[in-house]
Amino acid sequence: MREVAIVAFGQSDHVRDSAETSEVEMLMPVLHDVLAQTGLAARDIDFTCSGSSDYLAGRAFSFTMALDGVGAWPPISESHVEMDGAWALYEAWVKILTGEAETALVYAYGKSSPGDLREVLTRQLDPYYVAPLWPDSVALAALQAQALIDAGLTDARALAGIAARSRAAAGSNPHAQLRGEVPAGEVLVAPLRTGDCPPIGDGAAAVVLAAGDTARRLVDRPAWIRGLDHRIEAHSLGVRDLTDSPSTRLAAERAGAFELPHGLDGTGGAPMVDTVELHAPFTSQEVVLRRALKLDAPDSTVCINPSGGALAANPVMAAGLIRLGEAAARIHRGASDRALAHATSGPCLQQNLVAVLEGER
Amino acid sequence: MSKEPVAVVGIGQTKHVAARHDVSLAGLVREAARRALDDAQLTWADIDAVVIGKAPDFFEGLMMPELYLADALGAVGKPMLRVHTAGSVGGSTALVAANLVAARVHRTVLTLAFEKQSESNAMWGLSLPVPFQQPLLAGAGGFFAPHVRAYMRRTGAPDTVGSLVAYKDRRNALKNPYAHLHENDITLEKVQASPMLWDPIRYSETCPSSDGACAMVLTDRTGAARAPHPAAWVHGGAMRSEPTLFAGKDFVSPQAGKDCAADVYRQAGITDPRRQIDAVEMYVPFSWYEPMWLENLGFAEEGEGWKLTESGVTALDGDLPVNPSGGVLSTNPIGASGMIRFAEAALQVRGQAGGHQVDGARTALGHAYGGGSQFFSMWLVGAGRPTT
Repeated sequence: MREVAIVAFGQSDHVRDSAETSEVEMLMPVLHDVLAQTGLAARDIDFTCSGSSDYLAGRAFSFTMALDGVGAWPPISESHVEMDGAWALYEAWVKILTGEAETALVYAYGKSSPGDLREVLTRQLDPYYVAPLWPDSVALAALQAQALIDAGLTDARALAGIAARSRAAAGSNPHAQLRGEVPAGEVLVAPLRTGDCPPIGDGAAAVVLAAGDTARRLVDRPAWIRGLDHRIEAHSLGVRDLTDSPSTRLAAERAGAFELPHGLDGTGGAPMVDTVELHAPFTSQEVVLRRALKLDAPDSTVCINPSGGALAANPVMAAGLIRLGEAAARIHRGASDRALAHATSGPCLQQNLVAVLEGER
Repeated sequence: MSKEPVAVVGIGQTKHVAARHDVSLAGLVREAARRALDDAQLTWADIDAVVIGKAPDFFEGLMMPELYLADALGAVGKPMLRVHTAGSVGGSTALVAANLVAARVHRTVLTLAFEKQSESNAMWGLSLPVPFQQPLLAGAGGFFAPHVRAYMRRTGAPDTVGSLVAYKDRRNALKNPYAHLHENDITLEKVQASPMLWDPIRYSETCPSSDGACAMVLTDRTGAARAPHPAAWVHGGAMRSEPTLFAGKDFVSPQAGKDCAADVYRQAGITDPRRQIDAVEMYVPFSWYEPMWLENLGFAEEGEGWKLTESGVTALDGDLPVNPSGGVLSTNPIGASGMIRFAEAALQVRGQAGGHQVDGARTALGHAYGGGSQFFSMWLVGAGRPTT
């Protein structure tokens, strides 16, 4: 399979309300940032792919304005997924694998501030039987958290520990929306406290992908995509075991997360990675993902969410791409040799993507 | 590096109608998917991944419907991607699915596009107020009519050409059992007497609003060898985009459309599209876009497209049949319309287009566009496997 790497990553500062900037204005500096990192101009990019959501923007075809910001002239080879940007990266990766492109620009953005995000996300649900009841995203996550507690897999103290660790880690992330000490807070929807939940915010992110020697020419240490896979589960919460994430486990297996680096035989044990970026907007979801990815070995030294994760900044539609970007950036700067990045979509971790990234030693 | 050749071995559509009150969204998409699987004689278990597309989520009032539709499309435990590139989405979705096979990431992929416009109101979905932008409340016809006027002025086309296209496509639709509009009593005079909506676009020269879905099964050489019916092979596919609004844009013949066609022809080894392509399924939501796209796609010199239409070249029994299925003018579930063009092109080269089959079609073009003539996607399919 053709070698493809993430060679640049950029993101906006994530803020609670960006009323003074349009989506294009939010995105433009990030696009310029990643292009500058590689020395490429928009016209040098072979394929462009973005992820966003009309429902966040409150209008149809919202992504067309962002394309104007990219500067699509002369005309470009371009596509868009109505999903988190992590899936846009997947489409771009496939495009490069076909040999039709050598480089790709991937971006994603979301502004949650103009609406009520918890209500907006109810529109993702079964439109005939569930959406009319308006069960919001925090309430659904609370169901999952309670299922974990009832199964004896976590408790309030452990969840608070995840929140504290994430936000402490975000102290060194200048883009994070919440940094440093954050109290557990009041109960939002039992058993979840405000500290267990992500901030609502606006933000954008972009990466550049490149193949083989092009990647080596563009940056000192490309973050090679050794495996990339995603899987979806049933939509109805009633037919899923909310304490488990089989789609994450399967995607990780397919991405080679449980194999030794460089294609040696599988270990069947913990993934051989030093860094993990999990897209877990709720503390309880980190518990589910850690179990699915076998990250809970007692002697584990894996660094989980050094960026602070989605608990520190969760711009919807960009947060998954940011996990891939943060993991790649650690490889770029030599802080990681092999990293796992994860993105999620849908209520209670319905759809999950896993990437294994490696730097050359 | 070489790509895996991609074959279309299953095609399924719903009967397109104004409102499918008898099925849910899930029921609608499943119907098309089942028909595609049956055509390929495959089961859900044979599908490695699902790629789904539709136009804006506001058309049904459901955000990211792939989440809800995963079960209905047998996607549980599989990868599922959701593409959205405005009106070109049906074509783009098929191309994303084809790339999964071409890149050898998956062997057999189900791709589907749909729109159930009766669930909501498309006009409302397109008219939500936008901050920072001048409101454009003229509807799609109001946006495109001035560009048709520009075409007429630029080329000297007589004002009868639009009605000829509509009359042709609506008659072709009578031969297509899946088409939405079956106007058995259509006459050219009736088209010409229909009310003027956005001058020069008349009521009978516009597309309907449909409920419908279209699905295809795409596979590799091994899968094609097992297929019970002839495959259509993808010889070229491309997407191109340009900004909606800028001073240099040519709304009559956008550069992105020209570039997209040129890329597809290059991949497929087409040097003379007018002679080498046997049938065209072209995205024509307003009748005048047939002569306009004939020029944009290289079938006619600039200013000459309307002459092809007027001389009958684009009729079902003409030398270059355009929209033998009846086209978007007869069937328009918006998000699915592009995929229907791609699928109808494939049906032609498989020899399975039934009453609207073009005799001896070996090479066919599927074409879609969207936004303000901003997004383009096309593929060229052939009866034979590509040699390069």
